[in-house]
Amino acid sequence: MLMRQPFVMRLARLHSGFGWAVVLLLAAFALVVVPLLNQFLTPDSALYIPDWLVTLTGRFLCLALVALALDLIWGYTGILSLGHGAFFALGGYVMGMHLTHNRMEAGTIPNFIQFLGRDDWPWFWVPFQSFWFTAVMVFLVPGALALVFGFFAFRSRVRGVYFAIITQALTFASMLFFYRTETGFGGNTGLTDFRELLGFSVREADTRLVLFMLSAVAVLLSYLLCRYIVTSKLGRVLVAIRDAESRVRFTGYNPLRYKLFVWTVSAMLCGLAGALYVPQTGVINPGEMAPANSIEMAVWVALGGRGTLVGALVGAGTVNGLKTWITAAYPDLWLFVLGGLFIAVTLFLPKGVMGLREQITGRSKQ
Amino acid sequence: MRGLSWKGAILWGLLMVPAVVVANTDDMSADERAEKLAEQQKNQTQTRTEGLSGEAASIVERLATDDWQAINDVVEDLEALAAPETLPVLQALSDRRLYFDERGRVLIEDPATGEYSDALTGETAEVSPENLSQPTLTNAIRRGIRPLIGQLQLFSDDVATRRAGAEELADRPRPEMLGRLQELRAEESNPEVLRLLNIAIARLQLDASDPEERLEAVEVIAEVRSARMKSELETLMETDAQGDPVEPDAAVREAARDALEVIEARQRTARFLGDLVYGLSMGSVLLLAALGLAIIFGLMRVINMAHGELLMIGAYTTFMVQNLFAVMAPQWFSFYLLAAIPAAFVVTALVGILMERGVIRFLYARPLETLLATWGISLILMQTTRVIFGAQNVRVASPEWFSGSVQLMQGVSLSTSRVGVIAFAFFVVALVWFVMNRTRLGLEVRAVMQNREMAAALGVSANRVDMWTFGAGAGVAGLGGVALSQIVNVGPELGQNYIVDSFMVVVLGGVGNILGSVFSALGLGVFSKFLEPVAGAVLAKILLFVAIIVFIQWRPQGIFALKGRAGDDD
Amino acid sequence: MSMVDTLRELGKRDEVFPFLQQAAPSPALDTRHGPILYVEGVTKSFDGFRALDDLTLYIDDGELRCLIGPNGAGKTTLMDVLTGKTRPDTGQAWFGQRLNLLELPEHVIAQSGIGRKFQKPTVFEQLTVFENLELAMHASRGLWTSLRWRLDGEQQDRIDEVLALISLTEQAYAPAGVLSHGQKQWLEIGSLLMQNPRLLLVDEPVAGMTGQETEKTAELLTSLAGKHSVVVVEHDMDFVRSIARTVSVLHQGSVLAEGSMDEIQSDARVREVYLGE
Ligand SMILES: Nc1ncnc2c1ncn2[C@@H]1O[C@H](COP(=O)(O)OP(=O)(O)O)[C@@H](O)[C@H]1O
Ligand SMILES: [Mg+2]
Repeated sequence: MLMRQPFVMRLARLHSGFGWAVVLLLAAFALVVVPLLNQFLTPDSALYIPDWLVTLTGRFLCLALVALALDLIWGYTGILSLGHGAFFALGGYVMGMHLTHNRMEAGTIPNFIQFLGRDDWPWFWVPFQSFWFTAVMVFLVPGALALVFGFFAFRSRVRGVYFAIITQALTFASMLFFYRTETGFGGNTGLTDFRELLGFSVREADTRLVLFMLSAVAVLLSYLLCRYIVTSKLGRVLVAIRDAESRVRFTGYNPLRYKLFVWTVSAMLCGLAGALYVPQTGVINPGEMAPANSIEMAVWVALGGRGTLVGALVGAGTVNGLKTWITAAYPDLWLFVLGGLFIAVTLFLPKGVMGLREQITGRSKQ
Repeated sequence: MRGLSWKGAILWGLLMVPAVVVANTDDMSADERAEKLAEQQKNQTQTRTEGLSGEAASIVERLATDDWQAINDVVEDLEALAAPETLPVLQALSDRRLYFDERGRVLIEDPATGEYSDALTGETAEVSPENLSQPTLTNAIRRGIRPLIGQLQLFSDDVATRRAGAEELADRPRPEMLGRLQELRAEESNPEVLRLLNIAIARLQLDASDPEERLEAVEVIAEVRSARMKSELETLMETDAQGDPVEPDAAVREAARDALEVIEARQRTARFLGDLVYGLSMGSVLLLAALGLAIIFGLMRVINMAHGELLMIGAYTTFMVQNLFAVMAPQWFSFYLLAAIPAAFVVTALVGILMERGVIRFLYARPLETLLATWGISLILMQTTRVIFGAQNVRVASPEWFSGSVQLMQGVSLSTSRVGVIAFAFFVVALVWFVMNRTRLGLEVRAVMQNREMAAALGVSANRVDMWTFGAGAGVAGLGGVALSQIVNVGPELGQNYIVDSFMVVVLGGVGNILGSVFSALGLGVFSKFLEPVAGAVLAKILLFVAIIVFIQWRPQGIFALKGRAGDDD
Repeated sequence: MSMVDTLRELGKRDEVFPFLQQAAPSPALDTRHGPILYVEGVTKSFDGFRALDDLTLYIDDGELRCLIGPNGAGKTTLMDVLTGKTRPDTGQAWFGQRLNLLELPEHVIAQSGIGRKFQKPTVFEQLTVFENLELAMHASRGLWTSLRWRLDGEQQDRIDEVLALISLTEQAYAPAGVLSHGQKQWLEIGSLLMQNPRLLLVDEPVAGMTGQETEKTAELLTSLAGKHSVVVVEHDMDFVRSIARTVSVLHQGSVLAEGSMDEIQSDARVREVYLGE
């Protein structure tokens, strides 16, 4: 029986009291402490948070959001997607198109469209003039692609490594598609040189701070949404699908609907992440869709610990932090580190950092 | 399970040390020499005379001058003399390899060795390059030399040389040569040379005033169905400013129309055949790239994302073998490719075995983790290569016998490397088939892949078979790398371009089915070749991916389904 | 019909389009004619090998039927056909009078009241025993309901009841993966009970169980008969004797003999092919 319960009650049960305390503390830190430290302290203060760090953290938050989305589909449902780079980039392109509109004077069009021999916006560019349309499309474009692709793939029961390979092909094909200049998205330079969003300059430190805070809110809300999903019976069905899909079927559930649901939700979260990421980096190009990026996302989740939402966040933060540091300090070493990370995590940390305690205590028991 | 991955990386590094030492100590010169050797073998021109005497000698002597008018006279005299033995001189003149020194000796440079030979005696001459000057040439003189060379080449005993001459004349015949061409035509026996001569003669006769002669020319053209005469025929059909036909004679116009039709029909067939063979060769490249994967993924169900890097290692091994040959055995240089085949197999097989022992064998039960771990390996291999060889592409020269072109039929010629790749692909497939079906190892592999427990009970060491299978699959990938080195740029990212394609081939062909991979690779190659003109290369590729994704919805097991319970889900 | 009409038709709010409708089985299974399961002339071959060969079988409502037969006789394949996992080449399989099993996907067959226990026990290893039972509980399988689902007291009690029945109360909150082989078998049977199906297909339930456990399973299955129809595949002859009223012998994909245990044991053909005499 479905018991009617107040939504607030259900929300409150997402975490224990301690868990909520941590979540709220982190939220307060991102939304209150960081802005205060950034705005009201001077650079010579020890606690000052410089603008570049705010932007960097804002970007990391977007990537953490991607990790969250990937964990939902891979960690919980056991479906490894190598297509999340494409969803992320699609969200980014949607936002990039809006920003491109914003940077053009009325009546002018960007060079890369002129080169196609046109003097007006192509039809698929026109509606992105509207921010609200863009805001909806950020979710709908990756969501629709995921829905259609997922429907066909799941219906024919493509799974496991096959699914991974096919999603990789999807990513690769999208990358090629966006690389073509004739497609009308700026070819290999992509979209760049953004100026303003809703009338605020995206290059201003203040706007960046707000974008950082928005990213933090997005991560917080998405985290709660994912938490809501995985703690519900739906979440248990997902885990059951991961363990023994055919058994789920013979128990009377239709895995197609469940998989399609998380897959699409996951893609939409990725789209959101991409849309928030682009104004903070100032560029989106097809390189974001390179298959390598999507695989790298998997290692964030694997390092943190699959099937734990916190693990995904921790993993994304750790790997990207490392990447920022190493690519600056020892550029030649980064790929060795990343490659080693892939191998080490799969061989020695099957449950990731979050599973480390369990792994150690589990071993000592034996 | 100790972390053998880094040991793998180190060992791979060690393996490359001797080769790298060779590459680095003599880096530039090895590379340059490889280039020169290939160049020389490709260029069939004689680089010295066999000694000149009499009138020829006295004319050639006069080349030692700065005066371009004097040179013009010399060329005219040589033309009148029409002596084949002066050919090396003319070629050297045309290629700017002809010099004279302060003593008035006329010298010819050999581009490969850098030696000089005396044009009159044909013997190697000691010269100091600072004393050399070059005869002055005008472009007009140079233009005149080329048909002359062509004409002289026609007297050669060597068919290839005669053909080169006829080729030149078929494109740019000179009216005054008509008589001599007709004489030569009467004596010529080689059909290809004959055909080219006919074209040259017909081209000249088209301008004849006698309509009979023009008609004959058109008929000859129709008979040889030469595409290069198409524009001339089209000119015949045009009308001039007054609306009168350019060709006054109706019979000639009629014949020209028929000839055009014949030629166009032939061109269509030729294009189709050309596309087909080209597509097959693209398919063969795909096949060579994917075959190793078909073994590793197909038989062992191991997702080897480092497959592309195995191809890359195969290609780099070819590069190293080439450099070793250029430095240590230049006289055998043109055979380096043959030596590279086993070398690449062994090197990549070793890398593969290290991968399998160090990482993959701990992950057999966890395919998705294998995917990630092998991706990690691929990053490490790629970066290692970058650190050792640099991020730029390296130069792999095709040996001479592999760099020409092969004429499949008139108007359809393909580079030898393309055709060679088709042959090589068949060789490798046959090899794999033989090993799988006719050897003890193949038997054991099949047994283990079908039923591990049963095979183990029968005394087959599954563990060992895994290692060898992976090694063999990797080795075959190395062979793919050898082939790729001849066709595409060899750089650290070489493999990345092939990994997605390779997986598509295997999935489309049906996992575990090597024959399926053969068909899907060739099919994909041909299909995309025919799709390209319609959609453009990139769009064709995208369409292909979409088609494959759709196809897999419809037939998840691939074209050739594996029968039995293997595809079951629990 | 004009375009406008079509549009109007599409716009009707009170109508659910066929393509949106879940293939919802009729709640009351039509078993007026006696049998709950009709299998007629079912043939299935794999690469030319006939795993099922013109097999015909009827199961009465509330009956407990044992299926025996040598390895490879096609018993598991029959269950695959009945649960939608394998589609036969020819033949008919009806659940009650109305449900054509050959046209429905697995999950719809399960929802309509056929529960299955696999030969190799399959439970959701990462979920706890309790959660395993919760998922199996007879209730809506919809996506949205599962998102907002919460157990009520009655359902809680029902799960506790089943936990006690399968002696897993102590392990209720342990992941199912740590259970022993026999315990997994029971958990699977427990899940079947939660599903509350009209027809249970039970493939080799006592493999890997101790004598005592076997006895208990026999008791459980016998107690189910009457309310449910049960088809049991088993090799253990003592077990079959202890529960069976009617036994069908499968051989080379078709029914060789049918009757009481005594009749079967005295049948000459059965002795020849199965009892090895
Ligand atoms: N998916 C399949 N592919 C090929 N052969 C199968 C398949 N399923 C069953 N078989 C074959 O059908 C026969 C019957 O198998 P099964 O129904 O499992 O027998 P049992 O009566 O022992 O349960 C066996 O010979 C088996 O090999
Ligand atoms: Mg069985």
